[in-house]
Amino acid sequence: MSLLELEGINTGYGDFQALFDVSLVVEEGETFGVLGANGAGKSTLLKTVAGLLRSPSGQVRFEGKPIEHLPAQKRVTLGISLVPEGRRVFPSLTVHENLQVGAHGRRRGPWDLDRVYDVFPLLVKLKSKQASYLSGGEQQALAIGRALMSNPRLLLIDEVSLGLAPVVIRDLYEALGEVTGSGMTVVLVEQDIRQIMEVADRVSCLLEGRVVLEGPPRELTRGQITAAYFGVR
Amino acid sequence: MTWVNVVIQGVLLGGLYALYATGLSLVFGVMRLVNLAHGDLSIMGAFACLVLVGILDVNPLLSLVLVLPMIFVVGYLLQRLMLNFTLKGDDMRPLLATFGLSVIIQNGLLVGFSADSRGLDAGWIENASLSLGGGLAVGWFPLLTLVVAILVIVLLNSFLTRTRLGRAFRATSDDQEAARLMGIDNRHIYALAMGIALGIVALAGVFMGIRTTFTPGIGPARLIFAFEAVIMGGLGSSWGPWRVASHWAWPRRWASSSRRAGESS
Ligand SMILES: Nc1ncnc2c1ncn2[C@@H]1O[C@H](COP(=O)(O)OP(=O)(O)OP(=O)(O)O)[C@@H](O)[C@H]1O
Ligand SMILES: [Mg+2]
Repeated sequence: MSLLELEGINTGYGDFQALFDVSLVVEEGETFGVLGANGAGKSTLLKTVAGLLRSPSGQVRFEGKPIEHLPAQKRVTLGISLVPEGRRVFPSLTVHENLQVGAHGRRRGPWDLDRVYDVFPLLVKLKSKQASYLSGGEQQALAIGRALMSNPRLLLIDEVSLGLAPVVIRDLYEALGEVTGSGMTVVLVEQDIRQIMEVADRVSCLLEGRVVLEGPPRELTRGQITAAYFGVR
Repeated sequence: MTWVNVVIQGVLLGGLYALYATGLSLVFGVMRLVNLAHGDLSIMGAFACLVLVGILDVNPLLSLVLVLPMIFVVGYLLQRLMLNFTLKGDDMRPLLATFGLSVIIQNGLLVGFSADSRGLDAGWIENASLSLGGGLAVGWFPLLTLVVAILVIVLLNSFLTRTRLGRAFRATSDDQEAARLMGIDNRHIYALAMGIALGIVALAGVFMGIRTTFTPGIGPARLIFAFEAVIMGGLGSSWGPWRVASHWAWPRRWASSSRRAGESS
Protein backbone atom coordinates (compact mmCIF):
# COMPACT_ATOMS: atom_id res chain seq x y z
CA MET A 1 0.00 0.00 0.00
CA SER A 2 1.33 3.43 -0.94
CA LEU A 3 1.26 6.31 1.53
CA LEU A 4 -0.48 8.75 -0.79
CA GLU A 5 -2.49 8.04 -3.91
CA LEU A 6 -4.20 10.60 -6.10
CA GLU A 7 -6.60 9.42 -8.74
CA GLY A 8 -8.30 11.59 -11.37
CA ILE A 9 -7.97 14.92 -9.56
CA ASN A 10 -9.59 17.95 -11.21
CA THR A 11 -9.21 20.78 -8.72
CA GLY A 12 -10.15 24.29 -9.79
CA TYR A 13 -11.10 27.73 -8.56
CA GLY A 14 -14.73 28.44 -9.33
CA ASP A 15 -15.17 28.06 -13.08
CA PHE A 16 -11.45 27.84 -13.64
CA GLN A 17 -10.01 24.33 -13.72
CA ALA A 18 -6.35 24.18 -12.64
CA LEU A 19 -5.70 20.41 -12.59
CA PHE A 20 -6.82 17.91 -15.21
CA ASP A 21 -7.18 14.25 -14.32
CA VAL A 22 -4.03 14.19 -12.19
CA SER A 23 -3.05 10.82 -10.76
CA LEU A 24 0.08 10.01 -8.84
CA VAL A 25 1.42 7.76 -6.12
CA VAL A 26 3.87 8.58 -3.36
CA GLU A 27 5.54 5.69 -1.54
CA GLU A 28 6.36 5.65 2.15
CA GLY A 29 9.83 7.04 2.85
CA GLU A 30 10.55 8.56 -0.53
CA THR A 31 11.23 12.15 -1.50
CA PHE A 32 8.91 13.00 -4.34
CA GLY A 33 9.55 16.09 -6.47
CA VAL A 34 6.94 18.07 -8.35
CA LEU A 35 8.23 20.30 -11.13
CA GLY A 36 6.53 22.78 -13.37
CA ALA A 37 6.53 26.33 -14.67
CA ASN A 38 4.62 29.19 -13.04
CA GLY A 39 0.93 28.46 -13.02
CA ALA A 40 1.36 24.77 -13.84
CA GLY A 41 -0.73 23.79 -10.83
CA LYS A 42 1.90 22.67 -8.31
CA SER A 43 0.51 24.63 -5.39
CA THR A 44 -3.01 23.62 -6.31
CA LEU A 45 -1.90 19.99 -6.16
CA LEU A 46 -0.38 20.33 -2.69
CA LYS A 47 -3.42 22.23 -1.39
CA THR A 48 -5.66 19.46 -2.65
CA VAL A 49 -3.63 16.92 -0.69
CA ALA A 50 -3.58 19.12 2.42
CA GLY A 51 -7.32 19.72 2.22
CA LEU A 52 -7.42 23.45 1.56
CA LEU A 53 -8.96 22.74 -1.83
CA ARG A 54 -11.27 19.98 -2.99
CA SER A 55 -11.40 18.18 -6.26
CA PRO A 56 -14.96 17.80 -7.57
CA SER A 57 -14.14 14.27 -8.68
CA GLY A 58 -11.53 11.59 -8.21
CA GLN A 59 -9.97 10.29 -5.01
CA VAL A 60 -7.27 11.21 -2.53
CA ARG A 61 -6.16 8.22 -0.47
CA PHE A 62 -3.83 8.37 2.50
CA GLU A 63 -2.58 5.07 3.93
CA GLY A 64 -5.12 3.49 1.63
CA LYS A 65 -8.13 5.34 3.07
CA PRO A 66 -10.07 7.98 1.14
CA ILE A 67 -9.66 11.40 2.76
CA GLU A 68 -11.20 13.79 0.26
CA HIS A 69 -14.13 14.52 2.60
CA LEU A 70 -11.84 15.62 5.45
CA PRO A 71 -11.06 19.31 6.05
CA ALA A 72 -7.43 20.45 6.33
CA GLN A 73 -7.46 20.55 10.13
CA LYS A 74 -8.48 16.87 10.30
CA ARG A 75 -5.86 15.78 7.78
CA VAL A 76 -3.16 17.23 10.03
CA THR A 77 -4.14 14.81 12.76
CA LEU A 78 -3.78 11.95 10.27
CA GLY A 79 -0.24 13.09 9.60
CA ILE A 80 -0.35 15.35 6.54
CA SER A 81 1.41 18.66 6.95
CA LEU A 82 1.89 21.44 4.39
CA VAL A 83 4.56 24.13 4.37
CA PRO A 84 2.59 26.63 2.28
CA GLU A 85 3.95 28.74 -0.53
CA GLY A 86 5.26 32.02 0.84
CA ARG A 87 5.93 30.50 4.33
CA ARG A 88 2.83 31.95 5.98
CA VAL A 89 4.33 32.04 9.46
CA PHE A 90 2.10 33.71 12.05
CA PRO A 91 3.52 37.24 11.99
CA SER A 92 2.34 38.44 15.40
CA LEU A 93 3.52 35.32 17.22
CA THR A 94 7.08 34.73 18.35
CA VAL A 95 9.22 32.02 16.77
CA HIS A 96 8.69 29.81 19.80
CA GLU A 97 4.92 30.35 19.73
CA ASN A 98 4.81 29.56 16.03
CA LEU A 99 6.42 26.22 16.80
CA GLN A 100 4.05 25.61 19.68
CA VAL A 101 1.07 26.28 17.43
CA GLY A 102 2.53 23.72 15.02
CA ALA A 103 1.94 21.12 17.70
CA HIS A 104 -1.69 22.14 18.20
CA GLY A 105 -3.03 18.79 16.97
CA ARG A 106 -1.04 16.96 19.69
CA ARG A 107 0.00 14.18 17.34
CA ARG A 108 2.60 11.95 18.89
CA GLY A 109 5.93 11.27 17.27
CA PRO A 110 9.63 11.98 17.33
CA TRP A 111 9.38 15.72 16.63
CA ASP A 112 9.25 18.21 19.46
CA LEU A 113 10.67 21.67 20.22
CA ASP A 114 14.12 20.35 21.09
CA ARG A 115 14.45 18.32 17.93
CA VAL A 116 13.30 21.18 15.71
CA TYR A 117 15.76 23.59 17.35
CA ASP A 118 18.38 20.89 16.81
CA VAL A 119 17.75 20.65 13.09
CA PHE A 120 17.36 24.42 12.69
CA PRO A 121 19.88 25.87 15.17
CA LEU A 122 19.45 29.36 13.71
CA LEU A 123 15.99 29.45 15.29
CA VAL A 124 17.35 29.10 18.82
CA LYS A 125 18.57 32.65 19.19
CA LEU A 126 15.40 33.94 17.50
CA LYS A 127 13.10 32.13 19.93
CA SER A 128 11.41 35.18 21.40
CA LYS A 129 11.54 37.31 18.27
CA GLN A 130 8.27 38.14 16.53
CA ALA A 131 8.04 36.12 13.32
CA SER A 132 7.26 39.16 11.17
CA TYR A 133 10.79 40.44 11.80
CA LEU A 134 12.53 37.33 10.47
CA SER A 135 14.41 37.25 7.18
CA GLY A 136 13.04 35.13 4.35
CA GLY A 137 15.41 32.26 5.06
CA GLU A 138 14.63 32.33 8.77
CA GLN A 139 10.93 32.35 8.02
CA GLN A 140 11.31 29.35 5.74
CA ALA A 141 13.20 27.45 8.43
CA LEU A 142 10.47 28.37 10.89
CA ALA A 143 7.72 27.30 8.49
CA ILE A 144 9.34 23.90 8.00
CA GLY A 145 10.02 23.52 11.72
CA ARG A 146 6.43 24.45 12.51
CA ALA A 147 5.15 21.82 10.07
CA LEU A 148 7.42 19.20 11.64
CA MET A 149 5.95 19.98 15.08
CA SER A 150 2.76 18.23 13.96
CA ASN A 151 4.74 15.00 13.55
CA PRO A 152 3.65 14.37 9.97
CA ARG A 153 4.00 11.13 8.10
CA LEU A 154 3.77 13.10 4.89
CA LEU A 155 5.43 16.49 4.66
CA LEU A 156 4.43 18.69 1.72
CA ILE A 157 6.73 21.62 0.98
CA ASP A 158 5.85 24.32 -1.53
CA GLU A 159 8.94 26.06 -2.93
CA VAL A 160 11.65 26.00 -0.30
CA SER A 161 13.89 28.23 -2.39
CA LEU A 162 11.39 30.95 -3.25
CA GLY A 163 13.22 34.27 -3.19
CA LEU A 164 16.18 33.03 -1.16
CA ALA A 165 19.93 33.37 -1.67
CA PRO A 166 21.84 30.26 -2.80
CA VAL A 167 23.73 29.83 0.50
CA VAL A 168 20.47 30.00 2.44
CA ILE A 169 18.88 27.46 0.10
CA ARG A 170 21.88 25.17 0.58
CA ASP A 171 21.52 25.36 4.37
CA LEU A 172 17.81 24.66 4.22
CA TYR A 173 18.31 21.64 1.98
CA GLU A 174 20.99 20.40 4.34
CA ALA A 175 18.49 20.55 7.19
CA LEU A 176 15.88 18.90 4.99
CA GLY A 177 18.38 16.11 4.40
CA GLU A 178 18.17 15.34 8.12
CA VAL A 179 14.39 15.23 7.87
CA THR A 180 14.25 12.90 4.87
CA GLY A 181 17.10 10.88 6.35
CA SER A 182 14.89 10.15 9.35
CA GLY A 183 12.52 8.28 7.02
CA MET A 184 9.94 11.01 6.56
CA THR A 185 8.02 10.99 3.30
CA VAL A 186 8.36 14.36 1.62
CA VAL A 187 6.69 15.90 -1.42
CA LEU A 188 8.76 18.83 -2.64
CA VAL A 189 7.52 21.43 -5.08
CA GLU A 190 10.32 23.38 -6.66
CA GLN A 191 10.95 25.53 -9.71
CA ASP A 192 14.69 25.02 -9.45
CA ILE A 193 15.14 21.89 -11.54
CA ARG A 194 18.75 21.21 -10.58
CA GLN A 195 18.02 21.29 -6.87
CA ILE A 196 15.14 18.88 -7.06
CA MET A 197 16.93 16.44 -9.36
CA GLU A 198 19.57 16.10 -6.67
CA VAL A 199 17.30 15.33 -3.75
CA ALA A 200 14.25 13.59 -5.18
CA ASP A 201 13.87 9.83 -5.56
CA ARG A 202 11.19 10.40 -8.15
CA VAL A 203 9.82 13.47 -9.87
CA SER A 204 6.67 14.35 -11.67
CA CYS A 205 6.39 17.27 -14.05
CA LEU A 206 3.20 19.30 -14.41
CA LEU A 207 2.36 21.26 -17.52
CA GLU A 208 -0.78 23.38 -17.54
CA GLY A 209 -2.45 21.19 -14.96
CA ARG A 210 -1.50 17.81 -16.43
CA VAL A 211 1.16 15.30 -15.47
CA VAL A 212 3.34 15.08 -18.57
CA LEU A 213 6.42 13.27 -17.26
CA GLU A 214 7.21 11.04 -14.32
CA GLY A 215 10.14 8.95 -13.18
CA PRO A 216 13.38 8.79 -11.19
CA PRO A 217 15.65 11.75 -12.04
CA ARG A 218 18.51 9.62 -13.36
CA GLU A 219 16.23 7.97 -15.92
CA LEU A 220 15.05 11.26 -17.35
CA THR A 221 17.01 13.12 -19.99
CA ARG A 222 17.56 16.84 -20.02
CA GLY A 223 15.62 17.13 -23.25
CA GLN A 224 12.62 15.30 -21.80
CA ILE A 225 12.56 17.58 -18.79
CA THR A 226 12.90 20.78 -20.78
CA ALA A 227 10.10 19.62 -23.04
CA ALA A 228 7.86 18.79 -20.09
CA TYR A 229 8.68 22.02 -18.31
CA PHE A 230 8.16 24.42 -21.16
CA GLY A 231 5.77 22.43 -23.25
CA VAL A 232 8.04 22.38 -26.29
CA ARG A 233 8.36 19.29 -28.42
CA MET B 1 -11.41 69.36 43.73
CA THR B 2 -14.16 68.79 41.22
CA TRP B 3 -11.71 67.88 38.46
CA VAL B 4 -10.03 65.22 40.58
CA ASN B 5 -13.42 63.75 41.17
CA VAL B 6 -14.22 63.84 37.48
CA VAL B 7 -10.97 62.07 36.67
CA ILE B 8 -11.60 59.39 39.27
CA GLN B 9 -15.17 58.84 38.17
CA GLY B 10 -14.02 58.79 34.56
CA VAL B 11 -11.51 56.03 35.21
CA LEU B 12 -14.12 54.06 37.12
CA LEU B 13 -16.73 54.38 34.39
CA GLY B 14 -14.05 53.75 31.76
CA GLY B 15 -13.79 50.19 32.99
CA LEU B 16 -17.31 49.49 31.86
CA TYR B 17 -16.81 50.94 28.41
CA ALA B 18 -13.58 49.00 28.15
CA LEU B 19 -15.53 45.78 28.69
CA TYR B 20 -17.87 46.61 25.81
CA ALA B 21 -14.89 47.45 23.68
CA THR B 22 -12.98 44.32 24.64
CA GLY B 23 -15.79 42.07 23.48
CA LEU B 24 -16.13 43.85 20.16
CA SER B 25 -12.40 43.95 19.69
CA LEU B 26 -11.93 40.24 20.43
CA VAL B 27 -14.49 39.23 17.83
CA PHE B 28 -13.14 41.62 15.24
CA GLY B 29 -9.57 40.59 16.00
CA VAL B 30 -10.15 36.87 15.68
CA MET B 31 -12.55 36.73 12.74
CA ARG B 32 -12.81 40.24 11.23
CA LEU B 33 -16.48 40.30 12.07
CA VAL B 34 -18.14 43.53 13.09
CA ASN B 35 -21.00 42.54 15.30
CA LEU B 36 -23.77 45.13 15.03
CA ALA B 37 -25.86 43.18 17.54
CA HIS B 38 -23.15 43.58 20.18
CA GLY B 39 -25.08 46.14 22.23
CA ASP B 40 -28.36 44.23 21.97
CA LEU B 41 -26.71 41.02 23.12
CA SER B 42 -25.40 42.87 26.15
CA ILE B 43 -28.93 44.07 26.90
CA MET B 44 -30.14 40.53 26.40
CA GLY B 45 -27.66 39.55 29.11
CA ALA B 46 -29.15 42.17 31.42
CA PHE B 47 -32.69 40.85 30.75
CA ALA B 48 -31.53 37.26 31.29
CA CYS B 49 -30.20 38.43 34.63
CA LEU B 50 -33.50 40.18 35.40
CA VAL B 51 -35.45 36.99 34.72
CA LEU B 52 -33.14 34.83 36.78
CA VAL B 53 -33.22 37.27 39.67
CA GLY B 54 -37.03 37.14 39.45
CA ILE B 55 -37.11 33.36 39.55
CA LEU B 56 -34.34 32.64 42.04
CA ASP B 57 -34.64 35.79 44.12
CA VAL B 58 -30.90 36.30 44.35
CA ASN B 59 -28.59 39.27 44.00
CA PRO B 60 -27.96 40.05 40.30
CA LEU B 61 -24.23 39.84 40.93
CA LEU B 62 -24.67 36.27 42.17
CA SER B 63 -26.88 35.39 39.21
CA LEU B 64 -23.88 36.05 36.96
CA VAL B 65 -22.70 32.57 37.85
CA LEU B 66 -25.57 31.30 35.69
CA VAL B 67 -25.99 34.19 33.27
CA LEU B 68 -22.43 34.16 31.96
CA PRO B 69 -22.24 30.45 31.02
CA MET B 70 -25.70 30.74 29.44
CA ILE B 71 -24.64 33.68 27.30
CA PHE B 72 -21.41 31.91 26.43
CA VAL B 73 -23.41 29.00 25.04
CA VAL B 74 -25.71 31.38 23.15
CA GLY B 75 -22.66 33.07 21.63
CA TYR B 76 -21.04 29.77 20.71
CA LEU B 77 -24.15 28.47 18.98
CA LEU B 78 -24.91 31.78 17.31
CA GLN B 79 -21.49 31.76 15.70
CA ARG B 80 -21.40 28.07 14.89
CA LEU B 81 -24.92 27.78 13.47
CA MET B 82 -25.31 31.17 11.85
CA LEU B 83 -22.49 33.70 11.69
CA ASN B 84 -19.80 31.26 10.51
CA PHE B 85 -21.77 30.90 7.30
CA THR B 86 -21.66 34.63 6.66
CA LEU B 87 -17.87 34.82 6.82
CA LYS B 88 -17.31 33.44 3.34
CA GLY B 89 -17.73 35.96 0.60
CA ASP B 90 -17.95 39.70 0.92
CA ASP B 91 -17.85 41.84 4.06
CA MET B 92 -21.48 42.93 3.71
CA ARG B 93 -22.88 39.56 4.77
CA PRO B 94 -21.89 39.54 8.45
CA LEU B 95 -22.94 43.19 8.72
CA LEU B 96 -26.37 42.44 7.32
CA ALA B 97 -26.77 39.30 9.40
CA THR B 98 -25.84 40.99 12.68
CA PHE B 99 -27.95 44.01 11.82
CA GLY B 100 -30.90 41.68 11.32
CA LEU B 101 -30.08 39.95 14.57
CA SER B 102 -30.05 43.32 16.32
CA VAL B 103 -33.57 44.07 15.05
CA ILE B 104 -34.81 40.63 16.06
CA ILE B 105 -33.39 40.86 19.59
CA GLN B 106 -34.76 44.36 20.16
CA ASN B 107 -38.22 43.40 19.02
CA GLY B 108 -38.13 40.06 20.80
CA LEU B 109 -37.27 41.83 24.05
CA LEU B 110 -39.95 44.44 23.39
CA VAL B 111 -42.58 41.72 23.02
CA GLY B 112 -41.38 39.87 26.10
CA PHE B 113 -40.69 42.77 28.43
CA SER B 114 -42.46 45.88 27.00
CA ALA B 115 -40.68 49.18 26.51
CA ASP B 116 -40.52 50.02 30.23
CA SER B 117 -37.23 50.97 31.82
CA ARG B 118 -35.85 48.22 34.01
CA GLY B 119 -33.13 48.19 36.60
CA LEU B 120 -31.28 45.54 38.54
CA ASP B 121 -31.11 45.91 42.29
CA ALA B 122 -27.81 44.84 43.81
CA GLY B 123 -28.67 46.03 47.29
CA TRP B 124 -26.49 48.05 49.69
CA ILE B 125 -23.41 48.06 47.49
CA GLU B 126 -25.08 50.37 45.03
CA ASN B 127 -25.17 53.32 47.39
CA ALA B 128 -22.29 52.67 49.76
CA SER B 129 -19.21 54.76 49.19
CA LEU B 130 -15.69 55.00 50.41
CA SER B 131 -14.54 58.42 51.58
CA LEU B 132 -11.07 59.39 50.40
CA GLY B 133 -10.98 62.58 52.43
CA GLY B 134 -10.96 66.15 51.08
CA GLY B 135 -14.53 65.82 49.96
CA LEU B 136 -13.66 62.97 47.63
CA ALA B 137 -15.58 59.75 47.66
CA VAL B 138 -15.79 56.74 45.43
CA GLY B 139 -18.70 54.38 45.38
CA TRP B 140 -18.06 50.75 46.21
CA PHE B 141 -19.97 49.65 43.17
CA PRO B 142 -18.01 51.72 40.63
CA LEU B 143 -14.88 50.47 42.35
CA LEU B 144 -16.06 46.88 42.03
CA THR B 145 -16.85 47.52 38.37
CA LEU B 146 -13.35 48.77 37.81
CA VAL B 147 -11.75 45.82 39.58
CA VAL B 148 -13.87 43.34 37.64
CA ALA B 149 -13.06 45.07 34.35
CA ILE B 150 -9.33 45.00 35.06
CA LEU B 151 -9.58 41.38 36.08
CA VAL B 152 -11.42 40.42 32.90
CA ILE B 153 -8.89 42.16 30.70
CA VAL B 154 -5.91 40.72 32.56
CA LEU B 155 -7.39 37.23 32.42
CA LEU B 156 -8.22 37.54 28.75
CA ASN B 157 -4.71 38.77 28.04
CA SER B 158 -3.06 35.92 29.83
CA PHE B 159 -5.43 33.46 28.17
CA LEU B 160 -4.39 34.81 24.78
CA THR B 161 -0.67 34.84 25.49
CA ARG B 162 -0.14 31.89 27.81
CA THR B 163 -2.44 29.05 26.82
CA ARG B 164 -2.51 26.64 23.92
CA LEU B 165 -6.03 27.70 23.00
CA GLY B 166 -5.13 31.38 23.30
CA ARG B 167 -2.24 30.91 20.89
CA ALA B 168 -4.66 29.20 18.51
CA PHE B 169 -6.87 32.31 18.75
CA ARG B 170 -3.97 34.56 17.78
CA ALA B 171 -2.77 32.23 15.04
CA THR B 172 -6.27 32.14 13.56
CA SER B 173 -6.43 35.91 13.75
CA ASP B 174 -3.12 36.18 11.87
CA ASP B 175 -3.91 33.68 9.12
CA GLN B 176 -6.90 31.38 9.34
CA GLU B 177 -5.81 29.19 6.45
CA ALA B 178 -2.34 28.62 7.89
CA ALA B 179 -3.99 27.97 11.26
CA ARG B 180 -6.08 25.20 9.72
CA LEU B 181 -2.87 23.67 8.42
CA MET B 182 -1.78 23.41 12.07
CA GLY B 183 -4.86 21.37 12.90
CA ILE B 184 -6.82 24.31 14.32
CA ASP B 185 -10.54 24.18 13.58
CA ASN B 186 -11.24 27.82 12.77
CA ARG B 187 -15.03 27.41 13.05
CA HIS B 188 -14.64 26.21 16.63
CA ILE B 189 -12.22 29.03 17.46
CA TYR B 190 -14.63 31.62 16.03
CA ALA B 191 -17.47 30.20 18.08
CA LEU B 192 -15.39 30.18 21.27
CA ALA B 193 -14.35 33.79 20.61
CA MET B 194 -17.97 34.82 20.17
CA GLY B 195 -18.97 32.97 23.34
CA ILE B 196 -16.25 34.66 25.37
CA ALA B 197 -16.96 38.07 23.84
CA LEU B 198 -20.66 37.83 24.61
CA GLY B 199 -19.89 36.68 28.14
CA ILE B 200 -17.82 39.83 28.58
CA VAL B 201 -20.47 42.17 27.16
CA ALA B 202 -23.21 40.48 29.12
CA LEU B 203 -21.14 41.14 32.21
CA ALA B 204 -20.91 44.78 31.15
CA GLY B 205 -24.66 44.79 30.45
CA VAL B 206 -25.45 43.54 33.93
CA PHE B 207 -23.13 46.04 35.62
CA MET B 208 -24.65 48.78 33.52
CA GLY B 209 -28.09 47.50 34.47
CA ILE B 210 -27.24 47.82 38.14
CA ARG B 211 -25.71 51.24 37.70
CA THR B 212 -28.51 52.69 35.62
CA THR B 213 -31.62 51.54 33.81
CA PHE B 214 -32.09 49.75 30.52
CA THR B 215 -34.79 49.21 27.91
CA PRO B 216 -35.02 46.76 24.99
CA GLY B 217 -34.07 49.56 22.58
CA ILE B 218 -30.92 50.83 24.27
CA GLY B 219 -28.54 48.27 22.72
CA PRO B 220 -27.38 50.36 19.74
CA ALA B 221 -26.36 53.18 22.09
CA ARG B 222 -24.15 50.69 23.96
CA LEU B 223 -22.69 49.55 20.67
CA ILE B 224 -21.62 53.11 19.99
CA PHE B 225 -19.58 53.23 23.24
CA ALA B 226 -17.81 50.12 22.17
CA PHE B 227 -17.12 51.43 18.70
CA GLU B 228 -15.70 54.71 19.90
CA ALA B 229 -13.42 53.09 22.40
CA VAL B 230 -12.34 50.36 20.05
CA ILE B 231 -11.63 52.56 17.09
CA MET B 232 -9.75 55.21 19.00
CA GLY B 233 -7.89 52.69 21.11
CA GLY B 234 -6.89 50.43 18.26
CA LEU B 235 -8.64 47.26 17.25
CA GLY B 236 -7.20 44.08 18.62
CA SER B 237 -5.43 45.79 21.50
CA SER B 238 -7.02 45.16 24.84
CA TRP B 239 -5.60 48.03 26.87
CA GLY B 240 -5.98 50.66 24.14
CA PRO B 241 -9.77 50.73 24.34
CA TRP B 242 -9.51 51.04 28.10
CA ARG B 243 -7.27 54.08 27.90
CA VAL B 244 -9.57 55.76 25.45
CA ALA B 245 -12.69 54.68 27.27
CA SER B 246 -11.61 56.40 30.43
CA HIS B 247 -10.49 59.56 28.64
CA TRP B 248 -13.72 59.57 26.82
CA ALA B 249 -15.73 59.06 29.95
CA TRP B 250 -14.29 62.18 31.56
CA PRO B 251 -16.18 64.78 29.54
CA ARG B 252 -19.33 62.78 30.08
CA ARG B 253 -18.77 62.78 33.81
CA TRP B 254 -17.91 66.44 33.65
CA ALA B 255 -21.11 67.23 31.86
CA SER B 256 -23.24 65.23 34.21
CA SER B 257 -21.54 66.47 37.36
CA SER B 258 -21.89 70.11 36.36
CA ARG B 259 -25.49 69.62 35.44
CA ARG B 260 -25.93 67.72 38.67
CA ALA B 261 -28.14 65.53 36.63
CA GLY B 262 -28.45 61.82 37.13
CA GLU B 263 -26.35 59.25 35.34
CA SER B 264 -26.39 60.19 31.68
CA SER B 265 -25.44 56.84 30.30
N1 LIG C 1 -7.09 31.62 -5.81
C1 LIG C 1 -7.10 31.42 -7.14
N2 LIG C 1 -8.17 31.79 -7.87
C2 LIG C 1 -8.21 31.59 -9.21
N3 LIG C 1 -7.24 30.99 -9.90
C3 LIG C 1 -6.14 30.58 -9.24
C4 LIG C 1 -6.03 30.77 -7.83
N4 LIG C 1 -4.83 30.28 -7.42
C5 LIG C 1 -4.25 29.79 -8.55
N5 LIG C 1 -5.03 29.97 -9.63
C6 LIG C 1 -4.72 29.55 -10.99
O1 LIG C 1 -4.52 28.15 -11.01
C7 LIG C 1 -3.44 27.82 -11.85
C8 LIG C 1 -2.44 27.00 -11.07
O2 LIG C 1 -1.93 27.79 -10.03
P1 LIG C 1 -0.87 27.27 -8.97
O3 LIG C 1 -0.74 28.31 -7.92
O4 LIG C 1 -1.25 25.92 -8.55
O5 LIG C 1 0.45 27.24 -9.85
P2 LIG C 1 1.92 26.90 -9.41
O6 LIG C 1 2.38 25.78 -10.27
O7 LIG C 1 2.01 26.72 -7.95
O8 LIG C 1 2.67 28.24 -9.84
P3 LIG C 1 3.91 28.99 -9.15
O9 LIG C 1 5.11 28.25 -9.55
O10 LIG C 1 3.86 30.35 -9.74
O11 LIG C 1 3.66 28.98 -7.68
C9 LIG C 1 -2.89 29.12 -12.38
O12 LIG C 1 -3.36 29.30 -13.69
C10 LIG C 1 -3.44 30.17 -11.47
O13 LIG C 1 -3.69 31.35 -12.18
MG1 LIG D 1 2.89 27.69 -6.46
